[in-house]
Amino acid sequence: MKLPIYLDYSATTPIDPRVAEKMIQCMTPDGNFGNPASRSHAFGWHAEEAVEEARKNVAALVNCDPREIVWTSGATESDNLAIKGAAQFYQKKGKHIITCKTEHKAVLDTCRQLERDGFEVTYLAPETNGLIDLKKLEAAIRDDTILISIMHVNNEIGVIQDIEAIGEMTRPRKIIFHVDAAQSAGKVAIDLQKAKVDLMSFSAHKIYGPKGMGALFVRRKPRIRLEAQMHGGGHERGMRSGTLATHQIVGMGEAFRIAKEEMATENERFRALRDRLLNGFKDMEEVYINGDMEHRITGNLNISFNYVEGESLLMALKDLAISSGSACTSASLEPSYVLRALGRDDELAHSSLRFTIGRFTTEEEIDYTIEQVRKNVDKLRELSPLWDMYKDGIDLKSIQWAAH
Amino acid sequence: MAYSEKVLEHYENPRNVGTMDKDDNHVGTGMVGAPACGDVMKLQIKVNDDGVIEDAKFKTYGCGSAIASSSLLTEWVKGKTLEEAGQIKNTEIAEELALPPVKIHCSVLAEDAIKAAIDDYQTKKK
Ligand SMILES: Cc1ncc(COP(=O)(O)O)c(C=O)c1O
Repeated sequence: MKLPIYLDYSATTPIDPRVAEKMIQCMTPDGNFGNPASRSHAFGWHAEEAVEEARKNVAALVNCDPREIVWTSGATESDNLAIKGAAQFYQKKGKHIITCKTEHKAVLDTCRQLERDGFEVTYLAPETNGLIDLKKLEAAIRDDTILISIMHVNNEIGVIQDIEAIGEMTRPRKIIFHVDAAQSAGKVAIDLQKAKVDLMSFSAHKIYGPKGMGALFVRRKPRIRLEAQMHGGGHERGMRSGTLATHQIVGMGEAFRIAKEEMATENERFRALRDRLLNGFKDMEEVYINGDMEHRITGNLNISFNYVEGESLLMALKDLAISSGSACTSASLEPSYVLRALGRDDELAHSSLRFTIGRFTTEEEIDYTIEQVRKNVDKLRELSPLWDMYKDGIDLKSIQWAAH
Repeated sequence: MAYSEKVLEHYENPRNVGTMDKDDNHVGTGMVGAPACGDVMKLQIKVNDDGVIEDAKFKTYGCGSAIASSSLLTEWVKGKTLEEAGQIKNTEIAEELALPPVKIHCSVLAEDAIKAAIDDYQTKKK
């Protein structure tokens, strides 16, 4: 077993060696290095073929038409293009947008920017399990609502929103429905023939493809129009100019092809590993799972060890590559905005760890992780005045803390 | 984030972890911070009749820098008079541990903790 152990697959994944192999074939002088837009020679034609093959593979994973896939530099760009592009194009119909407080910053900050440009945005609070109450979503819809953006799978807590049900709500009202699927593609079955989603963002590096590569699904029927955010040579039907990065695109295509083939077996394996990890903590006191366990991807466990601060725990777990919802890991003093949006107490948010399991995780690694976490949680609780108070039966809420 | 060697050293071998009887008249207890902010420090000092700190113990909920700041503080206050201990400045702690700017609040908390412990002891004496 190699240390440190990587359990942060939601942050990014390594490139699958099969994907890297394909990418390398599109770079060097004897490889497929041409510009896919070159019409006058075979270098261009071959590159274009590889790009179109990749487009088919991406489309196949989510059951859409390859002509509905637009290449971008990642899910961040896809979210920007979808939200700004749709808002700007349809603003004569209305200026109201609905999203959720637990979205990725790529969605939230894009919406903030639109607010500065005169749009109005409703940020829905999810329920305590991280899921959106569809009745509350419906109640937030107004006559001037033009766009709803809701992520499929949350990056911190792994919960899966019911995008099919939301699509049934938006389509008859002619509201555009955007879904950030960066964390769900290749992990949850997506069928765009069934789900009435209009725009969907994808990222390659979350499923063993290269970083800096993504795609946006833009529905053809009914046709969704976007204002381009990147102007230039008119690539990707004018929606996203810039020379196509053949090797990156080929990498994303291969990653999506493998995901389609292996998703079902991988999910079973991840579930077993995740349950093993969870079982390893079952008999510990004051342990809380963040987010719904049923509507959740198999590879995610987000858990709070009460009375232990997350960053100090991460420091002790130096052989584990995991992340924490504690503020101290970032420059701000606020703990994870996602956990706070669930209504979690700040101290539980500060005490949270996120484990995300992936393609190269082994049972041995999980067992080692359990042992390390248990040992260090015990050690830090011995050091924690809050743990003493809990043991003495003192209610922490009864104390007047001086916020600082 | 990369930690300084001194922070790591205190974090891995914290000095003077423990609890004293808070009802003892020679013991002063300071508890500062808030769970919601991610750090709570409890510092206890045992003061002899000459006003000298004989012993100090701490428990801290917080990041590694907060743990290191309180551990260092217990080392520093031992053997000092109350007046001397009350003059310890957060900047000295931050400097000794090479805390980065985002962690300065940990040293501020440690300074608050010793002041609170001294206050508690003096209130009891009255
Ligand atoms: C839900 C979600 N959306 C968007 C992104 C951004 O993706 P990218 O890194 O491809 O820009 C991420 C990854 O950090 C994510 O988890």
